[in-house]
Amino acid sequence: MIPYSSFSFFMILGILFVPVVVLGYKEKRSIVYNSLVHAVILLLAFASDIHQLVSFIVYIVWQVILVNWYAAYRKEKNEAGVFYAVVFLALVPLLVTKLLPVWDVSNIVGFLGISYLTFKTVQMIIDMRDGALKTATLKEQLTFLLFSPTISSGPIDRFKRFQKDMETIPTREEYRLLLYKGINKIFLGFLYKFIIAYVINDRVIETPFIQAHTPLSTFIYMYAYSLYLFFDFAGYSAFAIGASYIMGVKTPENFNLPFMSRNIKDFWNRWHMSLSFWFRDYVYMRFVFWMMKKKWIQNRYTVSYIGYFLLFFLMGVWHGLELHYVAYGLYHAALMISYDYFERKNKQWKIWKKNKVTEVLSIIITFHVICFGFLIFSGRLF
Amino acid sequence: MDMKNTVLDLLEEICQTDVVKENGDIELFEEGLLDSFGMVSLLMGIEERLGIRVGISEVDREQWSTPNKIIAILENWV
Repeated sequence: MIPYSSFSFFMILGILFVPVVVLGYKEKRSIVYNSLVHAVILLLAFASDIHQLVSFIVYIVWQVILVNWYAAYRKEKNEAGVFYAVVFLALVPLLVTKLLPVWDVSNIVGFLGISYLTFKTVQMIIDMRDGALKTATLKEQLTFLLFSPTISSGPIDRFKRFQKDMETIPTREEYRLLLYKGINKIFLGFLYKFIIAYVINDRVIETPFIQAHTPLSTFIYMYAYSLYLFFDFAGYSAFAIGASYIMGVKTPENFNLPFMSRNIKDFWNRWHMSLSFWFRDYVYMRFVFWMMKKKWIQNRYTVSYIGYFLLFFLMGVWHGLELHYVAYGLYHAALMISYDYFERKNKQWKIWKKNKVTEVLSIIITFHVICFGFLIFSGRLF
Repeated sequence: MDMKNTVLDLLEEICQTDVVKENGDIELFEEGLLDSFGMVSLLMGIEERLGIRVGISEVDREQWSTPNKIIAILENWV
């Protein structure tokens, strides 16, 4: 059973949450009961396919061994080579899952949510390398990795942020507010995913007119698919965040009115934020820092542009190794680099002045540029 | 040179404005003065000029949002 995809899932979730809510109002939290909730949800998600369940368990054991080994190693030494090797080993299961379909081998390694879990383990290893994360007990690691509301598709939380929520139990009033917001988000999710996204898919995308590949149908499809993608994923995210809130965890947001973005940089601060912030912090910033330190390239803008290229290329590949995902990544890399260049030149030339008219125009232009990106992403073009 | 002036000089160079010296409570990210690239330059400068190594994942944008906050964090850095 895929989480948040059926009425029965929500029924089970509702029943499982009753004791959580009762305890929440009493300013209590039962680790034992919460673990049971996570176990039931994880079993629902994976037990229907034994391959998935086994892969999931093996994956978790593998990652926990790596993280613990590296934590112990890092207390003694701090070699770059060892760090890269451990990160690579943590990425191996994901790489295999992405490569098997390309080699046409049936995928028995993958399971729902593997790409999202990998972000969690890799960030722990990187934080340890930085010295930002000194110790993490096995219990803490498992609580973070196995947190079931976000297991299938995020949002991607950060270990230290998550840990803070685990250590504090909300007061009655705080919990009341969390519960209220949580329920509110779940209902917003119903509206987005099961009504708006469903209708767009059923009444527009799946119609024979759109399915026939004419230039006009592809043009309409581009906008319909973009809206569908937003409402479907923002709906899912609302479920995951809402369920987290009810369990007392303030899982970060994923969307902030992305179609109102004024430019492409603004868009990446509003669309799938937990993913783009992850790439910003763990790929782009680290790469730029490393390059600046090595001083191989003098021009700081060149360094930044290579960083953008790396970020979006990896983000594209992360979705899958199919050509359209790679193209999607490169398209956004090109947009970010061009925009950054334009923004800088505009400070001197002042061709695009800031006022109400240009702001509205910027939003309109950005919207169409983004939708074209999603058309590439959809795989309809190639 | 003391910590405060070093950080302010760095911020002035990176943000390319002396507003950061005049207003210690200015919101660097919200005002568009600092972005990811600027943040990396700042960390690099802190390491070079103050000898303090701050890992990228140790930076929380909400806590590092103004010149005064950054100075306070660095003064208490262990």
